[in-house]
Amino acid sequence: MTSEAAIRVAGITKSYGDAPVLRGVDLEVARGSIFALLGSNGAGKTTLVKILSTLLRADSGTAVVHGHDVATQAERVREAISLTGQFAAVDDILTGRENLVLVARLRHVDDPGSTADELLARFALTEAGGRRVATYSGGMRRRLDIAMSLIGDPPVVFLDEPTTGLDPQGRLEVWRAVREIAGGGTTVLLTTQYLEEAEQLADRIAILHRGRIIVDGTLAELKALLPAAEVQYVEGQPSLEDVFLALVGDDDPTHPSDSDAAEPADTHQ
Amino acid sequence: MTKHLLGDTATLTGRSLRHVLRSPDTIITTAVTPIVMMLLFVYVFGSAIETGHDSSYVNYLLPGILLITVASGVAYTSYRLFLDLQGGIFERFHSMPIARSATLWAHVLTSLVANLVSLVLVVLVALAMGFRSGAGVLAWLGVVGILVLFTLALTWLAVIAGLAAKSTDGAGGFAYPLLFLPFLSSAFVPTDGMPGPVRVFAEHQPVTSVVDTLRNLYAEQPVGSEGWLALAWCVGLLVLAYGLAMAAYRRRLA
Repeated sequence: MTSEAAIRVAGITKSYGDAPVLRGVDLEVARGSIFALLGSNGAGKTTLVKILSTLLRADSGTAVVHGHDVATQAERVREAISLTGQFAAVDDILTGRENLVLVARLRHVDDPGSTADELLARFALTEAGGRRVATYSGGMRRRLDIAMSLIGDPPVVFLDEPTTGLDPQGRLEVWRAVREIAGGGTTVLLTTQYLEEAEQLADRIAILHRGRIIVDGTLAELKALLPAAEVQYVEGQPSLEDVFLALVGDDDPTHPSDSDAAEPADTHQ
Repeated sequence: MTKHLLGDTATLTGRSLRHVLRSPDTIITTAVTPIVMMLLFVYVFGSAIETGHDSSYVNYLLPGILLITVASGVAYTSYRLFLDLQGGIFERFHSMPIARSATLWAHVLTSLVANLVSLVLVVLVALAMGFRSGAGVLAWLGVVGILVLFTLALTWLAVIAGLAAKSTDGAGGFAYPLLFLPFLSSAFVPTDGMPGPVRVFAEHQPVTSVVDTLRNLYAEQPVGSEGWLALAWCVGLLVLAYGLAMAAYRRRLA
């Protein structure tokens, strides 16, 4: 266990029945960085996040989060992380403030009320704080969701597809929130199927395809994987999208072992 | 794991009680069906039913109606539990350093509170319809105790249904068979007049012993071995349902 990495994953495999979802994943996330896990639906992103956040057990391999093994020290891991799942895990019937107070109580922070008020202010939700979450827009729900994840200052935050289903405005709001978190020194692992999102936010990007990490590096490193097209005079640089599609290929991205797509549909959007 | 069980359970129970308070219709709906049934049986069928008891038919009928109230009330528990699982808020809770079973206990305690409120509503209507009892505090404590155990047993059954459900309809649907059990018991008519196999079933299923025990308690009659049988049924069902629910819970979280 070296101290620099906030997350260290080695040889993780996971199958649902006969369908392998993760086929040996290795990755390392440096402390205080934003790491984007990029992949199509069914690539296994959600499965990996669930394993790292102690909601699922891997079939084999090891994963260490903030120095604790997810399999044998799950309780310690839970103290160090927070998870913002694929679908905003907020309570519609409670108000925004009540949601925050609820999580603050469960995290046993000293003053749940003022923690809630601080976060409402930080995420521009003070006015909406007294309203039931059912009345919130998609972007507001996500901001509240992320605010709930920050209670108790967990050093590692998982954001599973934080902008899926949001309109462009909501997406920008969430991006601001993510930068804000990372600015405070928190390690962020985010999954996304939007290439621009990885490009905008991440210090390091890994592409997960059919259960394996097929490439892992900084944006510049990923771009260097494809030679800049010499014959092009208009665009010298390939966009990350070009890199992604070239690496992944044009074949049908959805795979039979489609764990992401098997998630229940989000009824809130 | 258990260091925060009580505190976390209290916090989460507060949350789901808020849900109930903000949709009081769930308590009303729970109470309406049994109340309508009670009106129907007392004012329509009641005159044709010979119970062999001296007291009024509403006195005879009330225990069965109370059990039906609980059976329809616990359907909301599986419904709310299913919504939590589906909405992802359970995953949020479970990725936090809290006592994990607190999430289930919160739903169970909320079910208990909501059902007790519905039961009080039904008893108030029964009083208006002429229900009378001269029983003392101890007997009433016995009635409440049996009802609490029965509610807990059915609630843990509801937890199994909520954990196993694939849709909201499925989550509540398990309660329908429970609603019919009182009809195949001594709740509405004495079992003496039932044909052979029906009578055997009626006399050996839990609702009959629970109903007879409740009726004897508030009628100031000796409860006898029927009371122990009712207690054994409630505790037995409770332990079984709790065990199965916890197993289903662990499987779901595997």
